[in-house]
Amino acid sequence: MSVRVNTGVNVRLIWRKSLNVVMLSLTGLCALLTVSVLFFILGYLIWNGGKDLSWNFFTKLPAPVGEMGGGMANAILGSLKLLSIAALFGVPIGLLGGVYLAEFGGRTMPFLVRYTADLMNGVPSIVMGIFAYALVVMPMHHFSTFAGGIALAIMVIPTVLRNTESFLRDVPSTLREGSFALGANKWRMIATVVLPAASRGILTGVLLALARVAGETAPLLFTAFGNRYWSPGWSQPTSSLPVVIYTYATGPYEDWHRQAWAAGLVLLGLVLLTNILVRVFLTRGTAYERT
Amino acid sequence: MSSAFPLMANSAAAASSTAKSSVHTPAMTTSGSNTQRMKITKLNFFYGKNHALHDVSMDVATNRVTAMIGPSGCGKSTLLRTLNRMYETLRHTRLEGEITLDGVDILSLDVTKLRRMVGMVFQKPNPFPKSIYENVAYGLRINGHEGRLDDAVEKSLRRAALWDEVKDKLHKSAYALSGGQQQRLCIARALAVDPEVLLLDEPCSALDPVNTAKIEELLFELKPTCTLVIVTHNMQQAARVSDSTAFLLNGELIEIAQTGQMFTKPSDPRTEAYITGRFG
Repeated sequence: MSVRVNTGVNVRLIWRKSLNVVMLSLTGLCALLTVSVLFFILGYLIWNGGKDLSWNFFTKLPAPVGEMGGGMANAILGSLKLLSIAALFGVPIGLLGGVYLAEFGGRTMPFLVRYTADLMNGVPSIVMGIFAYALVVMPMHHFSTFAGGIALAIMVIPTVLRNTESFLRDVPSTLREGSFALGANKWRMIATVVLPAASRGILTGVLLALARVAGETAPLLFTAFGNRYWSPGWSQPTSSLPVVIYTYATGPYEDWHRQAWAAGLVLLGLVLLTNILVRVFLTRGTAYERT
Repeated sequence: MSSAFPLMANSAAAASSTAKSSVHTPAMTTSGSNTQRMKITKLNFFYGKNHALHDVSMDVATNRVTAMIGPSGCGKSTLLRTLNRMYETLRHTRLEGEITLDGVDILSLDVTKLRRMVGMVFQKPNPFPKSIYENVAYGLRINGHEGRLDDAVEKSLRRAALWDEVKDKLHKSAYALSGGQQQRLCIARALAVDPEVLLLDEPCSALDPVNTAKIEELLFELKPTCTLVIVTHNMQQAARVSDSTAFLLNGELIEIAQTGQMFTKPSDPRTEAYITGRFG
């Protein structure tokens, strides 16, 4: 009798163990697939674009159509200019909005702001481009670096806002009380205690938001437009890495395709670098003690 | 049994500090007319519809330690938080009645000024994520301190009996300190702006007996220069450190008396039931 019971247990045990092995392999495989996509893209970019990366690529203007060589210095600079406008306008608005959500406000207003920010995060980026077109390009009657920057800034706002809010909420309320008890008013308390305590997380969010919009093409198509030359000042159309990739990759020349690969590699490299820097920041931990 | 020794040491310190303060007493009675630093009259307090304090009237004696005891939720922390208007950081709170500081209605004072005169130390040590130095200097900076910051920081750390332990690492993070040191740092931070009254909300509840004894000793040293109000759930602590004790129950002040009398001959049967451990 005991023998029969034992065999029954063994069969069930084998079944459970094999199911465990199958599920573990499945999850492992899926994890591997996810990661391998990134490495595939990276490898493919290096394979196709790596050999066209040269010093010229970073310092020269694009060569005239039909000629070989040239670089994308204007697109790299243009992307940096666009990002600096996005940071200049998007970050303060997102940051202060996040402070409002976390530290002020009643019930209805924060709900509306939060809901709107989440909706904005889901709006297709080309719609943001149309909005910036109507807001900046139409009144100015021409494409400009400024217009492209504004389009990106609008995309930066909701990300920075929600991120700032969540990091401020993580700051223990006992720190706020400690500051109030010493006679600080609310702004003083926020500026001297809460914001410094959450600064690492907030900075991380800002960098990630900027890294995300750095790769956006659609909002720039009819705002910053494009330019085969240097773009002086802020009111001229400008070249940018994502738009150049788009134009070159869909262009008819073999040389353009290779340059598009190289530009893609540079863009991905910049975004990866930002992400790695952010990781380094985050692993240093939070500034305050968690309970 | 080992706790008997700090207890005895403290009562010895108590005896010496009462001797010291009795020397100061004549001078004080001539300079200031009242020896009641704060006066609470017919205080009612509400959290929304919840009536948390009922008709509380009591005095806080100058340069004495007043303890507030009572079971959890009896309103002792709420009462403490009315004294520096900390309740105003919460929504939907309402206060009726009058609280005066040196004869002035605290509701008529600027809240920033009030909190500089009535400092507070919290249940869990809550140093700011800054250096030890910056923690102590914080109150001075936001209140526009004139004079040398270094001297003021050193003085406060000495008053909180922390100077010798931290003088070589003033610019290290406050989080590098132990829990007991952090709590004394919070006391130093509160003392830096030279408050007349210091409120302590269960300051030892997160500390071990050794650090608790250090804080209690510190209270005796502060008494000649500061009026102290301490909320505690530990009746032995109230008996050790305080001059007078208030017993609260369900938002009502049941009894306030000299601590010795309170713990030997309470006048209300409910007080007796609580301190003999029959409830709470």
